[in-house]
Amino acid sequence: MSSQERERKRTKEKTEKTEEAKPAVVEKGKKIKEDIDDLLDKIDDVLEENAEEFVKNYVQKGGE
Amino acid sequence: MHNRIYGLENEYGLIFSSREKSAIPLERILGYLFEGIISNSWSSNAFLSNGARFYQDTGCHPEYATPECDNIIELVIYDKAGERIIETSLNIAEKKMAEDGIVGHIFIYKNNTDSAGNTYGCHENYLIARHIDFWRFSERLIPFFVTRQIYTGAGKVLKESGKTYFSISQRAPHINQKISCSTTSSRSIINTRDEPHADAERYRRLHVIVGDANMSEYTTYLKVGTTALILQMIEDGYPVRGLDLDDPVRAIKDIAKDLTLKRPVRMENGKALTAIEIQRSYLELVQDYLADKEKDEVTKNILIKWEYVLNKLENNRSELSREIDWVTKYELLNTFMTEKGCDWDDPRIAMMDLQYHDIKRNRGIYYLLDKEGLIERIVEEKDIQHAIEYPPQNTRAKLRGDFIRIANMKNRSYSVDWTYLKLDGYGEETVLCMDPFASSDRRIEKMLSYIFSGR
Repeated sequence: MSSQERERKRTKEKTEKTEEAKPAVVEKGKKIKEDIDDLLDKIDDVLEENAEEFVKNYVQKGGE
Repeated sequence: MHNRIYGLENEYGLIFSSREKSAIPLERILGYLFEGIISNSWSSNAFLSNGARFYQDTGCHPEYATPECDNIIELVIYDKAGERIIETSLNIAEKKMAEDGIVGHIFIYKNNTDSAGNTYGCHENYLIARHIDFWRFSERLIPFFVTRQIYTGAGKVLKESGKTYFSISQRAPHINQKISCSTTSSRSIINTRDEPHADAERYRRLHVIVGDANMSEYTTYLKVGTTALILQMIEDGYPVRGLDLDDPVRAIKDIAKDLTLKRPVRMENGKALTAIEIQRSYLELVQDYLADKEKDEVTKNILIKWEYVLNKLENNRSELSREIDWVTKYELLNTFMTEKGCDWDDPRIAMMDLQYHDIKRNRGIYYLLDKEGLIERIVEEKDIQHAIEYPPQNTRAKLRGDFIRIANMKNRSYSVDWTYLKLDGYGEETVLCMDPFASSDRRIEKMLSYIFSGR
């Protein structure tokens, strides 16, 4: 078997494996996506409405 | 690990946000904050019953200095206790201000820069032996301080000639000298300020101003832990060779900008090494130095984490999003941009960069991530809560903290500083406490029983 063929076979095996595990993987992927969306929404909630203005106004005197 | 006193000082950023047009001067906001911490009298410099110091720093920043700690876990606890103390005073201050008709919100940040490019510090303090040659000592430390930002940086979205980019460290762009005594102009990699608050014939203080303020307990722990091991090795005269940088100031800035972590910096001997390679060399030196020595648990743990983090930085950096501040922030911002279809210039990105450091736990982004279980912690919240009231038990801070708590309880007036205690009306005696390792003192026991007897 040439290395190319080997590579092809490996890819094929990998694809088959992924397909077998699909429902669980999709379920997990969906859960992660939902968690991220949920977290980003929570973050959006705590950001000030006018983010640009808020950050621009954040000016301190140098310290130390 | 060597017996050593550690301390951390944080200058916090402060802003008052209100819909009303008339601006309230920050001095006034600070006044309300101090009232929230020290209820009996207004003062802008106070020691607390946990032995820490809270005061107003240059440039109107509230600043908290931990009490003297003799181990790194404790230092992480007392640093976090400072955040909680300030959070409580923020809530009290907002309430009092509302009663006085001032409506708005106070924001307090544990970070190092504002949007105009001003900087304020997080200083580390290490008590070191007086007899060492400070200049040679500094030379051996500089490459370490230049490169440790890859696991101690807090991350910052910066704009330079119209282009927005992510910097690993908040402080690195503000460092302009190798060694100097100044902290407010031309900040340096090694600062020579030397106030040991102890017998100056035996000790000096290593005052480190080059680091970022960290939200992550893990990052703080690793920052101080690795530094402590390096200090011990150099104090013991273990040689460090071949790590001198050609231009340390340039290197610290270049490394901060290189998110690939693969671009080498020039060494004095003509070679070129990456920050990871330089850190690996230091790690290997410490491992060799400690090879035949007995290691305590914290030392073993720091060595494991140090190696783990360097490996991850090299191969799977994004897997450090639970541990290292700048990676946490960078990964979050990237996820946000992908999901919301925006880029680095979106104002929400700048806002999130700032809000990551908000110490108010129901609003700050670091704390939102923590609540979701996305942050690796080092200490327990109950230990932090205890440290708000009570001092470390193995250092001079115990004397100070107990004295303050009892004097407050009995309504006695007093004055204290790092090295002395004085009870008003107790003769003329000022009790000097020059040994930071001493947690018991007959003179102070006598004074406390005098207060208790109520005479």
